[in-house]
Amino acid sequence: MIELDVALKIKTFDLDVAFENSDGITALFGPSGSGKSLTLNLIAGLMRPDRGIIKLDGRILVDGKRGVFVAPHRRRIGVVFQDSHLFPHLSVRRNLRFGRWFAPRGEPAIDFDSVVEILAIGKLLSRHPARLSGGERQRVAIGRALLCCPKLLLFDEPLAALDVERKLEILPLIERLRDEFAVPIVYVSHAIEEVVRLANKIVVLDAGRVRAIGGPGEVFGALGSASAWSRFDRVSVLMMKVCGENAAYGLTELKHPAGTVWLAGPAGPLGGQVRIIVKATDVVLAARPPRDLSRGRARVAKLVETFDGRIEQPPARLRTSLFL
Amino acid sequence: MADLSPAEWTAIWLSLRIAIAATIASLPFGILVSYALARWRFPGKIILNAAVHLPLVMPPVVTGFLLLILFGRKGIFGAFLADIGIVLSFRWTGAAVACAVMGFPLMVRAMRLSFESIDRHLEEAAGTLGANRMWTFYLVSLPLALPGIIAGAILGFARALGEFGATITFVANIPGETQTIASAIYSYTQVPGGDANAMRLTVVSIAISFAALVASEIVQRRAEKILANLE
Repeated sequence: MIELDVALKIKTFDLDVAFENSDGITALFGPSGSGKSLTLNLIAGLMRPDRGIIKLDGRILVDGKRGVFVAPHRRRIGVVFQDSHLFPHLSVRRNLRFGRWFAPRGEPAIDFDSVVEILAIGKLLSRHPARLSGGERQRVAIGRALLCCPKLLLFDEPLAALDVERKLEILPLIERLRDEFAVPIVYVSHAIEEVVRLANKIVVLDAGRVRAIGGPGEVFGALGSASAWSRFDRVSVLMMKVCGENAAYGLTELKHPAGTVWLAGPAGPLGGQVRIIVKATDVVLAARPPRDLSRGRARVAKLVETFDGRIEQPPARLRTSLFL
Repeated sequence: MADLSPAEWTAIWLSLRIAIAATIASLPFGILVSYALARWRFPGKIILNAAVHLPLVMPPVVTGFLLLILFGRKGIFGAFLADIGIVLSFRWTGAAVACAVMGFPLMVRAMRLSFESIDRHLEEAAGTLGANRMWTFYLVSLPLALPGIIAGAILGFARALGEFGATITFVANIPGETQTIASAIYSYTQVPGGDANAMRLTVVSIAISFAALVASEIVQRRAEKILANLE
């Protein structure tokens, strides 16, 4: 577990954050320039905080007061950078094996072959990074960081430079790695979909400060929650159960206490729980039951509050339509 | 070419030997200094940089004279080196030292540029993978800087072949010991009727320089091609 409470001032930017991660994936979420990557660099040891403490599994990595600063190569923290930063002069195999050299012997090592298999990079082993696509590079970078047997993995917007298809290809791989190798991950992203899908704990950063900490439902779901600062990312997160599919139309049936929703495309194994993001911009309110709609399902709902409180006589029942 | 005298052949071989020795001896220092100038932050960096470049801007005679003061038999370092059996003044090894000093700035300039052009993030990535500074240097920085290191070594070699002023001041012009092609040509031009001999050595000098340039181009193209394939 990583625990930190650090502050750093760079020119006009002022970072002051404190949080600890949990098992699984902890996301650092926020807009560009909110200090996410800076926080990650502090954890990795690529930058020094002005003051504060960073601890990993109880071991002090940084202590400003006592002048402790553990060098990056002694921290056992793997980093997956946005631009992969693979070594151009080494083959994929040597890139992957780079960290193994320096990991302490005698500890149970993460198995090379199983990482290669999960990331599906077996065919790339003898190639050089120049001959890889963006998605392949990023998979190799993930494998390289994992194979140095880190106590903690840091992901710095690993998918930001990739197109949607590649993202959808790599996201399940990250989930598999999380489940199989049990290395805690701190995942920096400004993409709400990635964060909601992967993380069980979310630390929301804005302008160098922690705005909220909690699970996806708490952080994004609640009124006045962290998503409120963003104009476009007002969302609710709902836990739903996969309970059926329509193969002919490629639809997945999801159940929620409020009712059933059909989702386009696959959403996970039958019976599994999935997190569903409902964007505020996809919700329409109707005072009367809507009829003859081409898509979406109407649910009965109760309007609790509006932003300006201008509903003098709130209708008792409203229908929300989810365009999913 | 067949009518070169044995003394002229000696001068040619001596020139090559001195230039090769100077290049090999200064290579590790050149790599270290250029890496330090490219990557490290330390007090006195500007002073080191200026000191390294000094032989480039000073008259070669001044460099040679300073070497004579420092490394001559009665010099500060020379007396100490003489005690442990190393004599530089008026020996071919001294000529190699003079050539190394004169070629050093050129060598460092080329190497420093190639170290500076390496993406710092690659070195950072090596650190996060557990490599300390030394391993990062050997496994990442050094191989990626290789074309620049080759270029720097060749520049140093070329400068050593052509070095005259510092050499003749420090180790004089002794046939068979310190007389290089350059100083042999100089000697011929100082005697009546020596022009024909001077011209023969000039042709040899041009041929060697030309061959060195072509060879360097080939080696460097190869290194760049290998690295280009990687990027």
